[in-house]
Amino acid sequence: MPKLKPQDLDKIAEKVKRTMLLREGEGRVRVMVHMGTCGIAAGARAIMKALLDEIEANDVKDVLVTAASCAGLCSREPMMTIEAPDQPPVKYVDLTPDKVKEIFSRHIMGGEIVTEYALAQGSERML
Amino acid sequence: MVYRTNAMICTCTNCISNGALQVKDALEKEIKKQHLEGDVKVVPTGASGLCVKGPILVVQPEGIFYQLLTVEAVPHLVEEHFLKGRPVKSLMYVPPGEEAPIPNIRDIPFFKNQRLIALRNRGLIDPDEIEEYIARDGYRALAKALTSMTPEEVIAEIKASGLRGRGGAGFPTGQKWEFCRASSETPKYIICNADEGDPGAFMDRSVLEADPHSVLEGMTIGAYAMGGTQGYMYVRAEYPLAIKRMKRAVEQARDYGLLGKDIFGTGFDFDLDVFQGAGAFVCGEETSLIASIEGQPPEPRMRPPFPAQSGLWGKPTNINNVETWANVPVIINWGAEWFSQIGTDTSKGTKVFSLAGNINNAGLVEVPMGITLRQIVYDIGGGIPNRKSFKAVQTGGPSGGFIPSDLLDLSVDYDRLQEAGAIMGSGGMIVVDEETCMVDMAKYFLEFTTSESCGRCNACREGLQAMYQILTNICAGQGKDDDIELLEELAPAVKDGSLCALGRTAPNPVLTTLRYFRDEYEAHIKEQRCPAGVCKALIAYSIDPEKCKGCMLCVKNCPQGAISGEKGQPQTIDQEKCIKCGACREVCKFEAVTVR
Repeated sequence: MPKLKPQDLDKIAEKVKRTMLLREGEGRVRVMVHMGTCGIAAGARAIMKALLDEIEANDVKDVLVTAASCAGLCSREPMMTIEAPDQPPVKYVDLTPDKVKEIFSRHIMGGEIVTEYALAQGSERML
Repeated sequence: MVYRTNAMICTCTNCISNGALQVKDALEKEIKKQHLEGDVKVVPTGASGLCVKGPILVVQPEGIFYQLLTVEAVPHLVEEHFLKGRPVKSLMYVPPGEEAPIPNIRDIPFFKNQRLIALRNRGLIDPDEIEEYIARDGYRALAKALTSMTPEEVIAEIKASGLRGRGGAGFPTGQKWEFCRASSETPKYIICNADEGDPGAFMDRSVLEADPHSVLEGMTIGAYAMGGTQGYMYVRAEYPLAIKRMKRAVEQARDYGLLGKDIFGTGFDFDLDVFQGAGAFVCGEETSLIASIEGQPPEPRMRPPFPAQSGLWGKPTNINNVETWANVPVIINWGAEWFSQIGTDTSKGTKVFSLAGNINNAGLVEVPMGITLRQIVYDIGGGIPNRKSFKAVQTGGPSGGFIPSDLLDLSVDYDRLQEAGAIMGSGGMIVVDEETCMVDMAKYFLEFTTSESCGRCNACREGLQAMYQILTNICAGQGKDDDIELLEELAPAVKDGSLCALGRTAPNPVLTTLRYFRDEYEAHIKEQRCPAGVCKALIAYSIDPEKCKGCMLCVKNCPQGAISGEKGQPQTIDQEKCIKCGACREVCKFEAVTVR
């Protein structure tokens, strides 16, 4: 193995940071794929995969992806919710991997809400 | 490979003994079964801290904390949380005396009130992967020291930080380094003391298991500052997992050229061997430790000369404790000024404690110096179990002392603890409740030091034996009126006549219990009574006829058949047959069994 130089530390750190970032619990954008029984039956697994593939392909390091339970609108699954800073959460419905790809580049990366796939802005009021 | 979830499972010795490895296997199997292996990564970590609740799993990025996991619970957990995103409430932490679980690790008081420096990577990295350590700023401090600081500047930084030895005595680390640097002889040796022997203490083990590279990096920086070329990691033999992880860490560091010749291409050479301890408590004493590496019997020797002048093989040697070394990279990275803002006037930074005994959240905690004992016991430790009340906390292991409840607001600081008759020590903290006899506790610690005394110094070998005999007599109801005076006379004699800290501090548990709980000693001697109801020769169990409902539960549980009476009527205990095991008291639902 080649002996390290001080500047090599950054390269190694960069390489593993994506996984490590998850553990800090902080990211620029949080994406929840709704994976209740209804979501999974409607194809949420493919949505999740498409999302992770996009993140990997684009080498994105500040997006957290989590599975969430059924959002209550089972007829419109698969669904996902995107929480970006200074924006109310946006729920997307009737997703396909292609739509995810588009939402990824326009909303997650570009900050523009893809209104044609979005159901609504905001989440339910809690308590 | 991109994952959405990291399942951080604690694989420290404590959790492993509770089945963490089986849970880990089950997790991996179940994740595969649910086809989530591309989504969820299982990461083994060390020292999550809340040891009594192991095996522990923290799911990131949500930060959901699961405790007391079993293999049986895994399929449900994986399906609900990892697949469907519904965290499983029944596996979460519930604070003592409450019902609602706390899902997020950041909200659990045990974790929230801690401040991590030595344990900065605990639960966050896989200790077997050097890359993960590097990603958390690992080896940056070494690079900084080697490329932009002179050895003198490194020492000045450590001195300015106010870091003091975390092994027990609290000697200023920078000053110790300066002494070693000033010695002109070569080669110089750099040693890490991981011979952690205090009963109930496991701070060093946890650091080594959770983050071995932090210690290696600290030692290498120390070697650069002092001019050391060879290091020894002296780990007690009873820590096989720590030894294994450390050996792996050394290999990885060598592969990357972070140990060995020409580190970082700067021309600086330092290498290190892991040395398995010789298995005696006294090996943790620095001159005994040195003798042990040399192949001699582990016995202390006269100082001066100090190891900084003449240590291992007669050469200049520096010994610091695991936790001290683990602090070094952070000080170099963040600067002395930042570090010295944490803590009190004379005690800077944080201290790791292993919290044990009669406490709800037994485990490993790192807290800023200056925190009060009350905050540690109640806010972090969650208080005393079974609605019992707090009696005392013992710090510093067999060398330390007991601190009573009216000193609970004492700030944790080298000097305050010393004033109270205890010591900071290496970080053992044993909490005892009202049902603990202080004479019996003092006897326990004396039994430990008596058997661990290496026998070299008369005062320690014979004096401790004599003190132990007196305590044994007192507990057996054979105490004499002048026993307390005799103990008070023997204690300073043992201290003065001993070469090393083992003998010099061994009387502390007796002295502090005499200072704060003298009435208990007097009750044993003068009234033939053990107020806590522990010393068998001085207690008798009886049944209160007013409270006894005659349920016969005690009769069924008495191993001696000593309890008799008719169903529905008050029972009686035959004192001749009773062996005072306390089984009747434990099972009685009406608190009818009394001890006096």
